[in-house]
Amino acid sequence: MVVWCPDWSVVAALEEAGASSRSPAAVLHANLVEVCNGPARAEGVRRGQRRRDAQARCPDLVLLPANPDRDARAFEPVLATVEDLRPGVAALRPGLLAVRAPDRWYGNETYAAATVAEALVGIGVRDVRLGVADDLFTAEQAARTADAQSWTVVPPGGSPDFLRGLPVSVLADEGAQGRELVSLLERLGMRSLGDLADLPAEAVGHRLGAYGAAVRRRARGEDPTLFAARQPPPELDAEVPFEPPLESVEAVTFSVRTTAERFVEQLARRQLVATGVRVEAESEGVVCSSRTWLHPRHFGARDLVDRVHWQLQSADVGGSLRARKDVGVVRAPIERIRFVPEVVESAAAHGEALWGSASDDLVERGVARVQGMIGFDAVVRPVLQGGRSPAARQALVPWGERAVDLRPVDRPWPGRVPGPPPVRVFAVPRDAEVVDERNLDVRVTERGVVTGEPARFRVEGGDVPWQPVKAWAGPWPTDEGWWSGGAGLSARFQVVGADGRAWLLLRAPEGWSLEAAYD
Amino acid sequence: MPAASTAQLDPGRSVVEQLRERVAAMERRTTGEVVPTLAGLTDVLPLRAGSAYAVDSASLALALAAGASQAGAWVGFAGCPDFGAEAAAGLGIELSRTVLVPDPGEHWVEVTAALVDVLRVVVLRPPASVSEKTAAVLGSRLRNRSAVLVVHGRWPRVEARLSTVESAWEGPTTGPGELQERRAGVLVHRGSRPPRRIDLSWPDVARVDPVDPVEQQPVVRRAIG
Repeated sequence: MVVWCPDWSVVAALEEAGASSRSPAAVLHANLVEVCNGPARAEGVRRGQRRRDAQARCPDLVLLPANPDRDARAFEPVLATVEDLRPGVAALRPGLLAVRAPDRWYGNETYAAATVAEALVGIGVRDVRLGVADDLFTAEQAARTADAQSWTVVPPGGSPDFLRGLPVSVLADEGAQGRELVSLLERLGMRSLGDLADLPAEAVGHRLGAYGAAVRRRARGEDPTLFAARQPPPELDAEVPFEPPLESVEAVTFSVRTTAERFVEQLARRQLVATGVRVEAESEGVVCSSRTWLHPRHFGARDLVDRVHWQLQSADVGGSLRARKDVGVVRAPIERIRFVPEVVESAAAHGEALWGSASDDLVERGVARVQGMIGFDAVVRPVLQGGRSPAARQALVPWGERAVDLRPVDRPWPGRVPGPPPVRVFAVPRDAEVVDERNLDVRVTERGVVTGEPARFRVEGGDVPWQPVKAWAGPWPTDEGWWSGGAGLSARFQVVGADGRAWLLLRAPEGWSLEAAYD
Repeated sequence: MPAASTAQLDPGRSVVEQLRERVAAMERRTTGEVVPTLAGLTDVLPLRAGSAYAVDSASLALALAAGASQAGAWVGFAGCPDFGAEAAAGLGIELSRTVLVPDPGEHWVEVTAALVDVLRVVVLRPPASVSEKTAAVLGSRLRNRSAVLVVHGRWPRVEARLSTVESAWEGPTTGPGELQERRAGVLVHRGSRPPRRIDLSWPDVARVDPVDPVEQQPVVRRAIG
């Protein structure tokens, strides 16, 4: 049995956009219509049209971007619904699934199809068509001939007769290869699949190649393609209920230890390790704290317990837990902790070296102790990233987290300051002043010309004595973030003081600042 | 203790001797063991495990930590909110084996002690003045765990104190050019002995003047005269 939801990309995209499913809509990829729905087709929109042409024919057309992930994601509930009725579902592609018809259970194939259709309409899939046949190809064609919320049943052994009457153009759905074959067959004067089926096998193989021969076999109902049923994903979550609910972070942390061990162990039994875990804390039946933690390597039981500790201690929940003791504010205690694996990888990719990594483990533990003292994000790991200013070229990632959204280092980054990288980089620029011989503030014009020779400068605050400039280099003009209201045209200078120390100063429209020091 | 298990053996020294050092390290008789340093610093300033060193500039602190990190050990920086990651990586510090506590706040002593427990070299910029007692407590922890403490600032008991003199940058003049190379003299004070001077060039931390001027100058003069 094949279940077909026509124009699934449009259905999924409209649902995500919250638009009505009756409005004409089309999913575009590379400015070409990829899929359009019934109302749009009625207006003359066709697959492969350019965006302009489609809009000219139907000005109300809702244009939606193509997103295969979204289509697959939206199809997941459909799979789950059919799986409830009959396990062993194979998703052929988003919008099309195959399953062995549960005919014996429901009496006959018609009843089975009716049951599936009813269940799917029940979850809000309005346009669903089913086909039941001996083989996959025939069942799909049968589903395509059915009306919305209806089905076509091809009796056992009736596939060749059913396919005989179909036009060859049904093959056009099989991609470029199929369209080419359709064009060729039409030029050869063959209109139906029956015409192709009647030709001798050898002749088809010689003239139309392996694909043509395969189509002929399918048209004769001789190629019962089997499908691989998907395995329902195993349940890997682990949770621990607290009865009565616990009020202190320490008690929760202590009680989740065995659950964390069970969670890691059940993953290990499947040769898996978790590198991203969502920790959820529930109180009074609702999830009151949920956070995804990424581990640079993979989670052990001890790491998970630490994460629970930090999560509950930080932010609102932790504050209230501690405040409850002090002030007596009634606040919902924790009654359930759940670990949900978000990123799971094969354990083989994370195996330890033959000689172990004892010293690394020791460091992890020592750092966890420091994190327990002064907070989870007070211990960081420096990483490099791309950027123009020294502060933008590095990032500090909290220890135990994975670095995400880093800018690539290997791009040229025009406008960055050449020379050795500065030893001290101030995350927040400090105040600075630079004046020329006549005690006038040195500025940089819009054309990048310096208004005066820097003669003296002082950094960090007002009461520091002025220092003569021994040498200077620059300006390196940059104009960052002008598209989003950035600082505007600014220029960087390297300035060497009389004591031989060098500084990296930035002249922004509003004044000088100290970005880094070469110390 | 983070033993340098991944480190390569130094081909220039006897293999047996190096293996003995490692065995001794595993048996925890490690105080006095030499922690690797950058080539430019090795003969003037061999870092002894269990000791504290004071420096007066961030670049010297990075240079002292770089050798151990290159050799495979873990290093840490406490109280350095202005850590220059790119400069550190340029000196050979392996950032994936670097622990950074930018602002330990009032708990800086406890944090440093916890880092000393597990790291080989810890660079600390103490936020406040340090009492004798605190230094003694941390000192015994250092000897116990055979780690090295590099203090950027003042510290009561140090094995050696390094200060920068006559720093000069090459490259910029008035506008054109860019910073290229820095030469600076580094004075190494040990106890009450007269300081020893070495000349280093940055960013590659190499000895510019291999002849030690304090010891060699009289000989040179006699040769001329």
